[in-house]
Amino acid sequence: MENLIALLIAAPLLGAAVLLVGGRRLDAVGHWIGTVLAAVSFVLGLVLFADLLGKDAEDRTLTQHLFSWIPVEGFHADVAFQLDQLSMTFVLLITGVGSLIHLYSVGYMEHDERRRRFFGYLNLFLAAMLLLVLADNYLLLYVGWEGVGLASYLLIGFWQHKPSAATAAKKAFLVNRVGDMGLSIAIMLMFTTFGTFAFGPLLGTHEQAGLAGDATEGQLTAIGLMLLLAACGKSAQVPLQSWLGDAMEGPTPVSALIHAATMVTAGVYLIVRSGAIFDAAPDAQLVVTIVGAVTLLFGAIVGCAKDDIKKALAGSTMSQIGYMVLAAGLGPIGYAFAIMHLVTHGFFKAGLFLGAGSVMHGMNDEVDMRKYGGLRKYMPITFITFGLGYLAIIGFPGLSGFFSKDKIIEAAFAKGGTEGWILGGCALLGAAITAYYMTRVMLMTFFGEERWRNQPTRSPEAPSAEPAAEHHGEAASDHVATATGEPHPHESPKVMTIPMIVLAIGSVFAGGFFSIGERFVHWLEPVTGYEHGHPPVSALTVTLSTVAVMVIGVGIAYAQYGRRPVPVVVPRGSLLTRAARRDLLQDDFNHVVLVRGGEHLTRSLVYVDHTLVDGVVNGTAASVGGLSGRMRKLQNGFARSYAVSMFGGAAVLIAATLLMRAV
Amino acid sequence: MNPVNYLYLAALLFTIGATGVLIRRNAIVVFMCIELMLNACNLALVAFSRMHGNLDGQIIAFFTMVVAAAEVVVGLAIIVSLFRSRHSASVDDASLMKL
Repeated sequence: MENLIALLIAAPLLGAAVLLVGGRRLDAVGHWIGTVLAAVSFVLGLVLFADLLGKDAEDRTLTQHLFSWIPVEGFHADVAFQLDQLSMTFVLLITGVGSLIHLYSVGYMEHDERRRRFFGYLNLFLAAMLLLVLADNYLLLYVGWEGVGLASYLLIGFWQHKPSAATAAKKAFLVNRVGDMGLSIAIMLMFTTFGTFAFGPLLGTHEQAGLAGDATEGQLTAIGLMLLLAACGKSAQVPLQSWLGDAMEGPTPVSALIHAATMVTAGVYLIVRSGAIFDAAPDAQLVVTIVGAVTLLFGAIVGCAKDDIKKALAGSTMSQIGYMVLAAGLGPIGYAFAIMHLVTHGFFKAGLFLGAGSVMHGMNDEVDMRKYGGLRKYMPITFITFGLGYLAIIGFPGLSGFFSKDKIIEAAFAKGGTEGWILGGCALLGAAITAYYMTRVMLMTFFGEERWRNQPTRSPEAPSAEPAAEHHGEAASDHVATATGEPHPHESPKVMTIPMIVLAIGSVFAGGFFSIGERFVHWLEPVTGYEHGHPPVSALTVTLSTVAVMVIGVGIAYAQYGRRPVPVVVPRGSLLTRAARRDLLQDDFNHVVLVRGGEHLTRSLVYVDHTLVDGVVNGTAASVGGLSGRMRKLQNGFARSYAVSMFGGAAVLIAATLLMRAV
Repeated sequence: MNPVNYLYLAALLFTIGATGVLIRRNAIVVFMCIELMLNACNLALVAFSRMHGNLDGQIIAFFTMVVAAAEVVVGLAIIVSLFRSRHSASVDDASLMKL
């Protein structure tokens, strides 16, 4: 049974290799090869899951040692896999949601002539992500981590003929690189501190405590903070969040994949996996919770102001991942809920993105929600699935998001003290804002007037909310080029709606299924540990207030966007709105602090280089050259002058000899 | 006669030879001056031999003569071929070996 673990990764990897090496002759079947191999991986995952379920809770860990990678004395890195409950959860999420997104892409990318390559990249993405969650040591995890970075770069920049997409891909890659530095430093610190970076000895198993307890708190805090930096990069947490919004330049299935099943979940996985380190470093944990709380508000505020449907959803992802990071920072009272929210979020966010893709598919790739409206009549399936995802994400009682988000808010309050109140308050506020911006998306897209009538989409003179969106419009992708005139909204083909339906079912029932008898918590408990948190107020109060703020959020959004017509021309908006449209000035901040700072630094370095370094080098060269110029005069070709130097030399030698003798 | 006088004579001859090498342009004269220097050395060696009462100096003088004879052969051949190609026996005309 253990031997299946490698196959889990091998299937999509094989798909990537075949599709990318195979060339054009696979164009006709490439997308099905990719989809089938992703599905094979999912089936293998299910088989392994059944096997794990058949064992006792404590024995549910499978390991497979493939080969020794770097067997140097004192430094052992193996290519070995560890499948426990945590990895299993991720494997099922990645391959399950991943397969559905593959299926959806078959329809979505139908008119793209580079579809085969797209599926090759998707498979590469799955393989890298599976390697990341299955590795049994941090070094192998790092390989998967970098693989995810590479695949995301390729996919975000898939429409590379658009300058904005190429730039977004570079931005994502560079920002991720900052986080990767954190992970590599963390691994080095682990090695110098503990002499190993394998999960087993480092983090401990339930039989035996890990080495993590032996180090001083300072060392653990350093490692924890570096791991957090890594997680911030991959999971788009403040301060490394700026790549996520621009990553929407990729095709919509990529956004779904990045936001739901892979990539952004990697950071949460890293923190939860390294729980043993964070548990022993309360300072690092506190920073994790702060980052989570700040990001969940940041993302939510950004989501409120965006008119681009995908960017609004991107803000929402940032915010929801913020919830997960917040929960992961709470320690054993939060780990299981972080993962539970991650899984339910995987369902509804994938569903929402696929729904957004379906809307764009029917609207000539228009992304501006101000030019949507009243689409529920034309796209009933998309409307219903998107609507269920919407209800799930705002935490409508009974749906997935309600169970998972409520638990996180409870756990945040249960941290205790002032911190608990602040974190819990942020989480509650976030829930209200979530309800607000999601309702706004819902109302602007599916309800209200049909604002796309007599509105040729993508016309250059139409005012656009952001320069970025306009830019996006001008750089015509293949099927946009023909899109002029009034759009004709229509439902997407079955191959696209079926994944949306499946995901909608998951968004509705997953949370309830996990929560009955705390099933999910007990499943993860052997890996992550679990303590029941006790919030200062009763759990019921927390739940009721969660529902109450949700209702308030929905109400405000309804008052603003449901009862009044939505203006097609973007209103000026308040200062906060305008800031939020510009992603709360994240790019301006980066520009002023990092770009300008970097420019000044390089300019001063160039100055030092030109004056000091070049001065020394050029001065040396000039003096040697000048000296040589004088010396060459000695080589005049006249035999007699050489004879003079010979005689002179001889005379000096004799004189020296006599002088030495005299002394 | 005091053998030291021979040394003075040798030094005088050497100096004349060296000066000739340095100031004359005609290759033949330069060549002759070199011969003069060599023979000044020979004279000094023989004088030393006499002064020290052994034959080492005379033996080396013979070596010098042999080498000088060989050098004359080669040197004259070079001068002749130089003269043929340049129609001049001036050493300063053969000054191509410079930067």
